[in-house]
Amino acid sequence: MNAVIRIVLLKELRESLRDRRTLLTSLVLGPVFAPLFFILILKLALARSVAAQDEAVPVTVANAAAAPNLVQQLRESGLTVTLRDGSDEDIRRWIADTDGLVVLYVPENFGERFTSGQPAAVMIYADGSSSRAEHHAARAQQAIASYSALIGGLRLQARGVSPAIVQAVIIDNMDVSTPSARATLLLGMLSYVILLVTLLGGLYLAIDATAGERERGSLEALLTVPATREHLIYGKIAAAAAMMIAALALVTTAIAAALDFVPLETFGMSANFGPGVAWRVFVAVLPFTLVGAALLTVVASFTKSYKEAQSWLGVVMLVPTVPIAIAGVLAVQPQAALMLVPSLSQHLVIQGLMRGDPLPASWILLSAASTLALGLLLAWCAGRLYRREAILGG
Amino acid sequence: MIRVDGLTRSFGAIRAIDGVDFEARDGRITGMLGPNGAGKSTTLRVLYTVLRPDAGSASVDGINVAHAPLATRRAIGVLPHAAGTYPQLTARENIAYFGELHGLSGASLARRVDELVAELEMADYADRRAKGFSQGERVKVALARALVHAPKNLLLDEPTNGLDVMATRALRALIRKLRADGHCVLFSSHVMQEVAALCDDIVIIDHGCVVASGTPGQLLAQFGAATLEDAFVAAIGDARGLE
Repeated sequence: MNAVIRIVLLKELRESLRDRRTLLTSLVLGPVFAPLFFILILKLALARSVAAQDEAVPVTVANAAAAPNLVQQLRESGLTVTLRDGSDEDIRRWIADTDGLVVLYVPENFGERFTSGQPAAVMIYADGSSSRAEHHAARAQQAIASYSALIGGLRLQARGVSPAIVQAVIIDNMDVSTPSARATLLLGMLSYVILLVTLLGGLYLAIDATAGERERGSLEALLTVPATREHLIYGKIAAAAAMMIAALALVTTAIAAALDFVPLETFGMSANFGPGVAWRVFVAVLPFTLVGAALLTVVASFTKSYKEAQSWLGVVMLVPTVPIAIAGVLAVQPQAALMLVPSLSQHLVIQGLMRGDPLPASWILLSAASTLALGLLLAWCAGRLYRREAILGG
Repeated sequence: MIRVDGLTRSFGAIRAIDGVDFEARDGRITGMLGPNGAGKSTTLRVLYTVLRPDAGSASVDGINVAHAPLATRRAIGVLPHAAGTYPQLTARENIAYFGELHGLSGASLARRVDELVAELEMADYADRRAKGFSQGERVKVALARALVHAPKNLLLDEPTNGLDVMATRALRALIRKLRADGHCVLFSSHVMQEVAALCDDIVIIDHGCVVASGTPGQLLAQFGAATLEDAFVAAIGDARGLE
């Protein structure tokens, strides 16, 4: 490596590592807390869906005496039945007083119609604007419908008719997603986290080494040393890339460690993010650090102050997520041409690895080569920018 | 030895310097005096190769600054107008960084930094981080890094800006010492007293042109003035920017 590039690289890293605030945002908050936060949310979401399945659904039955068998059936379906007598008005009041309450009202003539084989009506009262009540009402409806189907079937059998005759079409839902693929859908956000945290790792160094250096008034002195400006800026880009590589290593490790604590297997999902995959993800994203470092450096070089650089880079950080978002909306499948798009290609490679279905080696090489090419192009642009006199600002 | 011939540089429609000529010799202190905006900094910036001239030429020890910027930079030490330091590095590390970029390393670099720390009386804060430094301490660090490669020629842009009396005196003493060691010192100032107290040769610049130059004695004779202040006023036509 060129001596100047090495000297600048080491100096920028030394400065960044000494600045507690930079260190905290670049290498602690992003790489460690982002995955933890993400996984906490994931865990909460999973816990909620389990709770929703196993939850005892409370149903209040008014005038239960008219339909003892139906009430028994509700109890057997796992509903917690409370008996309480009241009129239509009373029921409306109960619901207004108790959030999420579902009331089943059995009319007086239920037993009479039921025994005579006519359709017997029941009323379900629930507040449709409450998602909890809606959910409970649906469970009650399900239980009643299966009771109705059971009794209907028995009646047909009693008349010598097969109950199957009333089922012209039946639906069987076949879920063909593999457990791993289902998890990947849920964990699809992880490649965003990885790419963003990687960029964040070099953000402060990139600002500090360009806009910061100019604002502090040390740039002019730096430009009077006997080194070409390209080498100075390459050193700064290399330093930002080094910070990004550190952030990337930390974030992949943190994700691998944190996913151990999510009981994905109990949902029939497996997250393919063991040490082997973490290492491959790290290698696959490595070329992206050059693009990120050079991109942030180029943009920060245009800005006049540290503050301006911060606000610009906040927006620029999102640029690499745009192709991923578009691809997500269009549900594109991995293909060779997409490997030419940096950030999207890393996203697809990560997805493939997590799905346990790695992309072809030639595609991965294509991704690395195209990303590196863009990184070198951006670095060259940064070098050109630094050759301009206007870089001094003022 | 610095020679400037017909140096011209414009920024858009504004001609910042327009045919500046002068010479700064070794073993002498040359002061560029002029009001703010006269073109002093632009002249220095062309000399220390961050700006290119539109016309004319400048050389340092015979090296054409526009044709051989890297060689020029090796021959000069520069204290730019904005003499910022790296806040997370110590004074010593700030100086050593520039030493490394000038190709020094290892024991010889450490020795050179020690020398500068002693010479500039920076021992008290040499190993402290620069973030809490006073203006005077910062200027010394900036000066030390300009001197780290022992350049023959020194370009100082308003070096006493923001310094208190003691720091200014210390800086003057140092500049005199550099002269005694045979260095060529060129500095700019808009402060009359500064130039009068220090300079062997004075170049008065106004509106991008040299309006008068010579030793203090020559200037007094040329304008028939009793004091340098009168000579300065006579040279630029009024008392703008005089301190």
